[in-house]
Amino acid sequence: MRVVIAEDGVIVREGVAGMLRRFGHEVVAAVGDAVELREAVREHRPDVVVTDVRMPPGFSDEGLQAAIEMRAADPKLAVLVLSQYVEQTYAAELIDSDHGAGVGYLLKDRIGEVTEFVDALEAVAGGSTVVDPEVVRQLLGRRRDPLHRLTVREREVLALMAEGRSNVAIARHLVVTEAMVAKHINSLLAKLDLPPGTDDHRRVRAVLAFLRG
Amino acid sequence: MPTAGSVPSMQPRTALEALTLPPLALLRSSWPWRSLAYLMTGGLLGVATVGAVVALLTVGTVLAVVVVGFAGYVACLLSGIVVARVERRRLRLVDRDELPDPHQPPPRAGLRAWISLRLREEATWRELFYAALSAAMLCWMDFLVLAGVAYTLAISIGAPWTIADEPLSSTLPATVAGLLLGPILGYPVIAWAGARAAMARAMLTPRDNARLVEVTRSRARLVDAFEVERRRIERDLHDGAQQRLVALSMQLGLARLEVPSGSPGAEPLAAAHQLAKQALTDLRELIRGVHPKVLTDRGLAAAVGEAASIAPLPVDLDLRLPGRLPPAVEVTAYFVVSEALTNVAKHAGADRASVVAMLERGRLVVEVRDDGRGGADPACGSGLIGLADRVAVLDGTVTVSSPDGGPTLLRMEIPLPEEAA
Repeated sequence: MRVVIAEDGVIVREGVAGMLRRFGHEVVAAVGDAVELREAVREHRPDVVVTDVRMPPGFSDEGLQAAIEMRAADPKLAVLVLSQYVEQTYAAELIDSDHGAGVGYLLKDRIGEVTEFVDALEAVAGGSTVVDPEVVRQLLGRRRDPLHRLTVREREVLALMAEGRSNVAIARHLVVTEAMVAKHINSLLAKLDLPPGTDDHRRVRAVLAFLRG
Repeated sequence: MPTAGSVPSMQPRTALEALTLPPLALLRSSWPWRSLAYLMTGGLLGVATVGAVVALLTVGTVLAVVVVGFAGYVACLLSGIVVARVERRRLRLVDRDELPDPHQPPPRAGLRAWISLRLREEATWRELFYAALSAAMLCWMDFLVLAGVAYTLAISIGAPWTIADEPLSSTLPATVAGLLLGPILGYPVIAWAGARAAMARAMLTPRDNARLVEVTRSRARLVDAFEVERRRIERDLHDGAQQRLVALSMQLGLARLEVPSGSPGAEPLAAAHQLAKQALTDLRELIRGVHPKVLTDRGLAAAVGEAASIAPLPVDLDLRLPGRLPPAVEVTAYFVVSEALTNVAKHAGADRASVVAMLERGRLVVEVRDDGRGGADPACGSGLIGLADRVAVLDGTVTVSSPDGGPTLLRMEIPLPEEAA
């Protein structure tokens, strides 16, 4: 994969670049602010962008704004946004941009989970939606009423679905068969009055829309 | 009143205090002359006021047919401001302490803003009353005292000239008596000047509420300063400690990939990785408590939404807040909601909570309800007292209704500054 990294902290920027290279990806540009990010993306046309939410000059949410704008201009551009904290608002703005295909929103801490982080980045580059487990946890905590109809196992499956995992990955995580996962998913989608979907990211979006209320 | 005699080093501050000086010291001092000047300018100011007001009223009445005439009336109402300004300067003749200006600076440049502010100020009306009193009575009393002194001196000292048909042997003693009387006449002049100045000071001194506004403002500035400091701390933690911990956690993660899972180093490495991740989680919580970033970026509604989403119980939100509010209001309201939700989760034993926020007649109103057991006592060491203090700095209020058995309702109101309302 050809990757552009935007992150104002040098240690983290160089660290992520080194880590991605170690996994055999090509870091075509590593920049420190949103203006350089836009230029780098124009110049290199990367497969995926990794950007921090907060960047110079305003240290507000320049990275997120740049990501949303660039996706509006080029819906094919895959973007993984890293945030210091889970902010539902940011996650929602990002996922709402062009149907949430090829976007990810993760806590910055997840960089430490090296393998999972690289997996997530590859999934985003492949057009999936990846949402931080923390976002899902908060959303599940907020909406209780309809969720009490779900079994414990179905809730686990729902959380993993919302994180953007495929049936195969969910099956592996829960150590059950893929057919079992499919059964759980059909059952819980029916209980929540959500349309059964085959397309992974559309499914994630439906689940998130439901959880956000 | 302390006498100058008992404390020799202390100089009199006012004409009235000067009266307590030893007679020779008083007569050698500038107080008699200052008092004389004060009364003379007072008389002139009174006469000038009468003349100006009559002129303005005449012009106003003549021109009332054209709307411009009203300017004359308005000018009359505001004439007290000019009189009081002159009076404050004049007062320095017989009162060493400065009398502060009670008026606020106008919010905008321009005559309109100035006039509308002045007409709303209480000080303007007190000054108008003072000007009226001064023109109707005080200035004439100044003249009376001056005339009395002048007349007494004139008939006694001038006796040899005015009473020409009497021999000098009977008129000259009158001149001598007049010359001796002169210094004594300084006393009524100083006394009246001192009394009049005390009256002017009593009527024109800024009222306490003006001072309170200033105190409140400085407290508000202090709160702002705290807020700026919290933001700085948040930024520093994010740019420093958090960055390094993320990098550390990443390096440990990479190291774990290199170490075979069965090797002796694998276990301590995994523990170190776990600790680094835990430290990041702790730091994130800490930073959120110091200053939530989403509040700065997206405003109160978004930040309250976040606070509700991390609360351990379901929270219904009804936030009708168009646009952004002043930063101090947003921060205070956010921390009130956040503290209230924490209290609900800890003490109320509630199944649900709700947060309602709206703008109502230029005020931000926020209500936090829960269906818990009630009986909450704000006096019992809850963080709400401190928050109520912060709300009070913004002239707002926090009220709690929590009967035993519930439900509990917390209501916060903060008036918005005019430009934001």
